[in-house]
Amino acid sequence: MSEAPYTEQELMVAVASREIRDGDLVFVGMRLPILAYAVARNSHAPTARGLFEVGLMRDQPATEFLGTMGDPPNVAGALWATRMSNVMALLAQGLVDLGFIGGAEVDRFGNLNTSYVGDPARPKVKLPGSGGGADIAILSRRWVTLMRHERRRLVKDVSFITSPGFGDGSPGWRGRHGLLGGGPAAIITTLCVLRFPLGGGEAYVASVHPGRTFAEVRSETAWDIRAADDMSETPAPTDAELASIRRFDPGGFWTRG
Amino acid sequence: MAQAIERFVPDGARVAMGVALEPLIPFAAGHEIIRQRRRDLELVGPISDSLFDQMIGAGCVRQVTAAWVGNVSEGLGHCYRRAAEQGIPRSIVIHDHTNFSIALALWAAAWNAPYIPSRTPLGSYILDRNPGLEMDGDVVRVHAVRPDVAIVHVQRCDAEGHAQAWGPMGITEEAGLAASSVIITCEDLVDPAVVLRHPNRVLFPETKVAAVVREPGGAHPSPVQGYFNRDHAFYRDYAQASRTREGFDAWLEQWVLDLPDRSTYLSRIDLGALRMSDE
Repeated sequence: MSEAPYTEQELMVAVASREIRDGDLVFVGMRLPILAYAVARNSHAPTARGLFEVGLMRDQPATEFLGTMGDPPNVAGALWATRMSNVMALLAQGLVDLGFIGGAEVDRFGNLNTSYVGDPARPKVKLPGSGGGADIAILSRRWVTLMRHERRRLVKDVSFITSPGFGDGSPGWRGRHGLLGGGPAAIITTLCVLRFPLGGGEAYVASVHPGRTFAEVRSETAWDIRAADDMSETPAPTDAELASIRRFDPGGFWTRG
Repeated sequence: MAQAIERFVPDGARVAMGVALEPLIPFAAGHEIIRQRRRDLELVGPISDSLFDQMIGAGCVRQVTAAWVGNVSEGLGHCYRRAAEQGIPRSIVIHDHTNFSIALALWAAAWNAPYIPSRTPLGSYILDRNPGLEMDGDVVRVHAVRPDVAIVHVQRCDAEGHAQAWGPMGITEEAGLAASSVIITCEDLVDPAVVLRHPNRVLFPETKVAAVVREPGGAHPSPVQGYFNRDHAFYRDYAQASRTREGFDAWLEQWVLDLPDRSTYLSRIDLGALRMSDE
């Protein structure tokens, strides 16, 4: 097989962009999701709006490179520059359709750890923390996370739940604990797309990326992961998606790193 | 600057900084705190794009009350890791928050309420790691966090403390109202008539503002809307240097300890390349 015409990150961005529906209010986050928003907005979701917890709402994606969501190119052309609390108010009211959250570790029930690896009192690794991740996980209607697919990242149970997915996986866990939003809709990895049963539970493989196999997914996942009955191949990025990604990440800072 | 830090940021103070999130981070004030070798500070903020990491690495910090500490474009905070994992250069206490919950904690303090009930962070283990987040039936009591001082960098301010900032504001207003006093550092020190033409846009009551410091470029490498873009390369170089303790110590000498003040620092930066052309 010749070298792939796109990188793993470009594929993940394209897949993530397809999670954004037209008209969605999207809590965009950082890194690859910013590119996913730009791609979606330029193709199938022309009326989506982006919210940034720093205190911004946008329709059009920024046209220059962003290192952070608070960079001036993300303010230029914004619809609203405001306090974080005002943006969080929309989230708290259940008005955010989709959120993107980053994570170091995710478990079979979609719980994310971005806080501590090992005993929090004497951590093996101190990760940066929640930021707005837990808020999005608790309050947005649905959310998606993107992650490199490795056994140490896709674990059976995270040792620390920073951003709750479906908790212990039992039916109705989120409702019983007062969490308003619907929880994780997908985990997009470098190998595949994982989804969850309606109402919560254990993640399964919905599609495997081109050139990857379910066997690879199994060996890189730390629990006995199942395939969907109708498991498919993830559609490769289209030429239009790739052109869009490369326009918004011209130096490849996020997608060719 | 030296005077403002000396008078209003004593050892052991609870200090809110970086409250606009990625923009307007008061790095110049933080570096002066490091130069004056303050100790046992409690740092309060939402996320901190490298500034808290530097202050932790310099040994100024006893406690971190924040949602996120690291380097936004590069990832982990290496000094934060060394302190939390190995007690280097000293051990720190961490009170984890989320961005929303730290905002609510500051609002509670601003309103002089003991706590604000919240849905966030229900279901998160953060509840177990922060005594200021307490379950009460099906909501979380987010207890007030009252900083002794908030340090805020803005675009312009007059000598009386009428500060104006623009761009996304993060939790700037909450932090300033919650704090006992506010130190303003500004790009431009302007005549009162300039800022008071738009009193709606004044951030804080002048009675809260203890000091105003004219410090152009005082937020570098973070962005200042209408003035400077973010210096991504500077953050990258800091991330690489700070991977080891020795590398961080050398970085700190080069960029903080061996420099008398901010203007010397700025003479080593190509600020012109970051300057925004319009607005």
